[in-house]
Amino acid sequence: MKGTVILKNAPSIIGIGSVVGKSEWEGPLSGFFDEGIPDGRFGEKTWEQAESKFQKTALGYALGRAGIKEDDLSAVFSGDLLNQCTASSFSYRDNNVPFVGLYGACSTFVEGLSLAAMLVDSGLFGSPAAVCASSHFCTAERQYRNPLEYGGQRPQSAQRTVTGAGAVVIGKGAKDAPVATSVTIGSVVDSGISDANNMGATMAPAALSTLMKHFENTNTSPEDYDLIATGDLGEVGRKILVHLCSLEGVELGSNYIDCGCKMFDIEAQDMHSGASGAACSATVFAGYICKEMMKGTFRRVLFAGTGSLQSPLTVQQKETIPGVCHAICFERGA
Amino acid sequence: MTKKEYAKYVSEMEPKSPHLKNLILAFVIGGAICAFGELIMGLYQNLGATEENASALVSVTLIGLSALLTGFGLYNKIAKHAGAGTLVPITGFANSIASTAIEFKSEGFILGMCANMFKLAGPVLVMGVSASVLYGVILVLFM
Repeated sequence: MKGTVILKNAPSIIGIGSVVGKSEWEGPLSGFFDEGIPDGRFGEKTWEQAESKFQKTALGYALGRAGIKEDDLSAVFSGDLLNQCTASSFSYRDNNVPFVGLYGACSTFVEGLSLAAMLVDSGLFGSPAAVCASSHFCTAERQYRNPLEYGGQRPQSAQRTVTGAGAVVIGKGAKDAPVATSVTIGSVVDSGISDANNMGATMAPAALSTLMKHFENTNTSPEDYDLIATGDLGEVGRKILVHLCSLEGVELGSNYIDCGCKMFDIEAQDMHSGASGAACSATVFAGYICKEMMKGTFRRVLFAGTGSLQSPLTVQQKETIPGVCHAICFERGA
Repeated sequence: MTKKEYAKYVSEMEPKSPHLKNLILAFVIGGAICAFGELIMGLYQNLGATEENASALVSVTLIGLSALLTGFGLYNKIAKHAGAGTLVPITGFANSIASTAIEFKSEGFILGMCANMFKLAGPVLVMGVSASVLYGVILVLFM
């Protein structure tokens, strides 16, 4: 049972919020997000300040739906893709919310969900905890790749960083809310791949490891879930995961989606292999998945955020890229 | 799967770049830029410039136009399709400097923009200067 924690005291999602940028608002999930911001700078002077504003706005929606204020939170678990996670830490300097900064690359949101759910479940937190993750296409490009106006071509396996932020509040006792029932903390799995333009391939082995661990430890299989959602494997990573699972004798069927593949209309919006970024899984979860759970479309969901753990330095040093994946199971009416 | 088998599997299944389309577009757009260069070379010579001066003026013109298009956010839209067609001519060099200069404005004039401006163009400068030095040494030694 190592790595999997069964939650017995019904920590549930009592508030959700998702705010996205222009391309995401124009994508197929548009109707599920709370707000779309056409100006990438969100009225701020720098892209980094804009990303902080996305976080603050998403959290605002989540707190509003939970009917609580920032002061009522036991802590906020928050992270992003920037060096030193400044988009997150800088978002909370105007209030007194106890802050837990996280980094799991694009798995940051599920990492936060897992920690918050376990702490609320244990009773160590007497009041609700918030989870928030953000990313921004412009802040990610300048840090990981090239200047925005640089005239380069991107390969077909590349994914586009989502601009936006997703937030949830985890507490107790909301009616018909999605309840966290189990968490599997993944370990770092080195894919042996060094191509930073194919992050789906770098993360798929970690997703395989965590999903297999979760199925084994909870004695479940894919058919037991209405939805299995990985964070952002993209079109390439998604196909790899399905293949790797089938080699283990596990079939991922039509109930398996990848948030990175759902975010954009890949053909119409020319998004190569789909979306990525810490906000990808966060906004799709807090927007689409939670809302569909509350409508009754999905009753039991396994949400498995994935992260590609390279830095610009390690890529230059020709290191291979390790991945990580954490999984959390939510059930409605549990 | 071993890591080696996985790497082989990934390289076989990942979507390939459309090589033929890329080659044709690079040829056509790159060729068009160079043809345009020839055109304005002739124009400058007709206006009275010597061949050497006209050549320098062509470089200046192409660099200026690239920087302008980069500033207007249009260069990368062309480059997305052109690939090597815009990268290889002097236009690529100009874009690499202009785009980095714009990007690091938020970090201040000296330590941001000026310090980072040659981040992408650096290798071109280093290789170009080194090659010239080597050529000069060879010239002195053997000619």
